[in-house]
Amino acid sequence: MDKQRQFRQQVKTVYRLLLVVFAMVGLITVAGIYLIADPSLSAFKKTTTESEYITTSKEEDDDSIENGVHVRTGLIDAEGLMTVVNNCTNCHSSKLVIQNRMNRERWIATIRWMQETQNLWDLGGNEEIIVNYLVTNYPPNKKGRREVLTDIEWYELQD
Amino acid sequence: MYLHIMKRRNFVKKTVLSSMAAIIGADIVFGSIMPKGYLPLALQQDPYKMFDKDNGMEVLNDKPWNIEAKAHLLDDKITPNRYMFIRNNGLIPSSIDASKWTLTINGESVKQQKTYSLEELKSKFKQHTYQLTLECGGNGRSEFDPPAKGNQWTVGAVSCAEWTGVRLRDILEDVGITNDAIYIGYHAADTHLSGDPKKEPISRGVPIAKALQEETLLAFKMNGKDIPLAHGYPLRLVAGGWPASASGKWVNRISIRDKVHDGTKMTGTAYRVPCESVAPGDKVKDEDMCIIESMPVKSLITYPKSGAMISKGKKINIRGHAWAGELEVTKMEYSIDFGATWKECPIEKPSNRLAWQHFSASIGFPMKGYYEVWVRATDSNGISQPMVLPGWNPKGYLNNACHRIAVKVK
Repeated sequence: MDKQRQFRQQVKTVYRLLLVVFAMVGLITVAGIYLIADPSLSAFKKTTTESEYITTSKEEDDDSIENGVHVRTGLIDAEGLMTVVNNCTNCHSSKLVIQNRMNRERWIATIRWMQETQNLWDLGGNEEIIVNYLVTNYPPNKKGRREVLTDIEWYELQD
Repeated sequence: MYLHIMKRRNFVKKTVLSSMAAIIGADIVFGSIMPKGYLPLALQQDPYKMFDKDNGMEVLNDKPWNIEAKAHLLDDKITPNRYMFIRNNGLIPSSIDASKWTLTINGESVKQQKTYSLEELKSKFKQHTYQLTLECGGNGRSEFDPPAKGNQWTVGAVSCAEWTGVRLRDILEDVGITNDAIYIGYHAADTHLSGDPKKEPISRGVPIAKALQEETLLAFKMNGKDIPLAHGYPLRLVAGGWPASASGKWVNRISIRDKVHDGTKMTGTAYRVPCESVAPGDKVKDEDMCIIESMPVKSLITYPKSGAMISKGKKINIRGHAWAGELEVTKMEYSIDFGATWKECPIEKPSNRLAWQHFSASIGFPMKGYYEVWVRATDSNGISQPMVLPGWNPKGYLNNACHRIAVKVK
């Protein structure tokens, strides 16, 4: 009877050992397959994943602002910026806006001219946003009949 | 050779577009209707390489391309491509096949419409070479007050290259024009900024008398080589001494009109100034604006560059160019005391009519201090450049105020 019990217990022990071995083999197999698929274990590195997510956000990058200037177009960052970017830089460069200085009446006249001759669409409610942005950020500056020379790069003239 | 480059460029463009699409992981939306010759902004960032321009040139606008020189870059007697300003109203055409290029002469005032291949133009008519001054009508616009709308050119939208081609006069004689011909108008292969194929970016012209001048060419060479693409390859109308917009690039048709040409940028306020002078900032009706013809007398100090410092007792040898539209420059003067006194200096005769002329002077300075050297040209009608801005006009054309450079004597 004792011998029989002893035998059963041995069988149980072997059975448990086998279960543990199978479980371990199973775990190692899963881990191995995972490692083949993702050798750098990136799924477990939380921080890297997040920073990657941020850098691939292209939309945000395109409209970044540095020193008060919209990097992609060079336009001043102020109220109405994106309305101007979306309506005024499709056909021509933003450089054409930036180098000009006009009052409200003349910015509006310029918009009308573009609508009449250059296929600019009806700006609807955006027109006021755009004109306000332009007169605030690109107003005319007084120059008089002749300006003084500025931005002179001085250098020693040889010979 | 050029054709080969064009094709390669197209190939590169296609390759780049498809690899861009691969990177973005999607087709470029509307890629197929993207105007020809228009590369996405990101791909056309280096105009200096693209147009073979000096790095000192100033890009005023990248859509459309507008690039100007600086005074000291224009020192050559004949302007090389590197320093030649670019003024575009539309998008530069991309796929040009010179072997298939044709020029059509039509309009109300031709006896019959006629079309020539580029080869025919070259072989059928006598070729001529002239140095021709081309200045943008808006050169100097940046100085006007109140400011005028448009590209803010300073001083560098002028050039004088050597153009080779056939006389428009000879072609018109071959075609046969009627007595009621008043104006010519060019049509070209560039694309409107909006991409609308029905719109022409610019279609200007000149009165028939200017068209029939000996120096008015249909040019296919600039400085002895094929005209660079940005300057009108393979065929450009060149009408020296007039606003450079009259010298149409990529020309494929010329209409002989029985009225003043009414193409794009001929009407309204474009390339026009008030017929009668107005106060700065005045509003001027379209019907009171007159078409600019000959450009006014003007000059530029091209050496030394502004900002020169010398020691007391040394002299400065200045030099530069002067031009006067249809006329000749007959007198050149300089001043080192803001116009209180002027001294005359030599001015060379032009190498041909409508070419700019060269001046030089050796200048001494009485004592240490800050100086400005001003120069002033006078044309054959006795008209000189003003020291202050000339008459204000709504679009900021024809600023021919005296040029000056800063000098310090130590």
